[in-house]
Amino acid sequence: MTQLFPNGWVHYLVGGLLIGSGVSLMFVFTGRVTGMSSVFTATWSYFSNHPFFQQARYVGSRGWRLALALAVFLGAALWWWWLGPTHALTTQLPWWRLLFGGVLVGYGVRMSDGCTSGHGICGLASLSLSSLAAVCTFLVTAIATANIVAALGVH
Amino acid sequence: MKPASFIVILLGGLLFGFGLAVSRMVQPEVVLSFLRLQDFGLLLVLGGAVAVTLITYQLVPRVLKRPLFEVAFEVKRSPMNRRTIGGAAIFGIGWGLCGVCPGPAIAGLGAGIWILALALIGIAVGAYVHGRTTKL
Repeated sequence: MTQLFPNGWVHYLVGGLLIGSGVSLMFVFTGRVTGMSSVFTATWSYFSNHPFFQQARYVGSRGWRLALALAVFLGAALWWWWLGPTHALTTQLPWWRLLFGGVLVGYGVRMSDGCTSGHGICGLASLSLSSLAAVCTFLVTAIATANIVAALGVH
Repeated sequence: MKPASFIVILLGGLLFGFGLAVSRMVQPEVVLSFLRLQDFGLLLVLGGAVAVTLITYQLVPRVLKRPLFEVAFEVKRSPMNRRTIGGAAIFGIGWGLCGVCPGPAIAGLGAGIWILALALIGIAVGAYVHGRTTKL
């Protein structure tokens, strides 16, 4: 147990249950499947007239998707204010890994039309085989990349 | 969308972001230690979230004819094709590099990890490039 979870396991499980509760609440009341990656394409529809961004699925959902993103931000802020450490959390990752990794994440999740929440949570809970394949694929490439980067000693 | 639905989206998002912060998945180091197979906690995050959502998605549409505030339950199915799988592969490479995926990029800022704004900007740029280079 301590080998699998050297930092404890309760907070991981509780966090997951809370996330699932949020996704469930939104589904029961609004019928919406709430993945987190679509907001990044939908928001561009405010700024770009390019036909890709002006698709009905993005223009029609951009309002509530932005509201959802804002609420996710506020939910984490609530945790910080209520239960979080006095000093803000931080990360030691170099800026270029965050930025360039982010570009690949943004391109990949939109091409795949789903991320860890869209395919991982909503897709698996929908018993979607394509989402299962997507989850297995991104886990394999992510594990490979993280280990290769660590082996190369990249900081 | 009805105002009442909007309020539910806000409440659901609050739970989502709070849960992400509780799980510490907002911290790239936590994600990377999972990907390096040093701490399997993220499987509990995913497992816990899927377990609750699975029950809801499978059970509720059989009990209720429609969602409480709207007309229909959304059914979203990605096709099993090159885009879905190839996109996932590219996403994974980026995730392994930065340890940040879309939800934690947003929630991480709320939890005070300001530098994650770089990942957020990166994701927005990647989504833009994808939109501009993809044929409808």
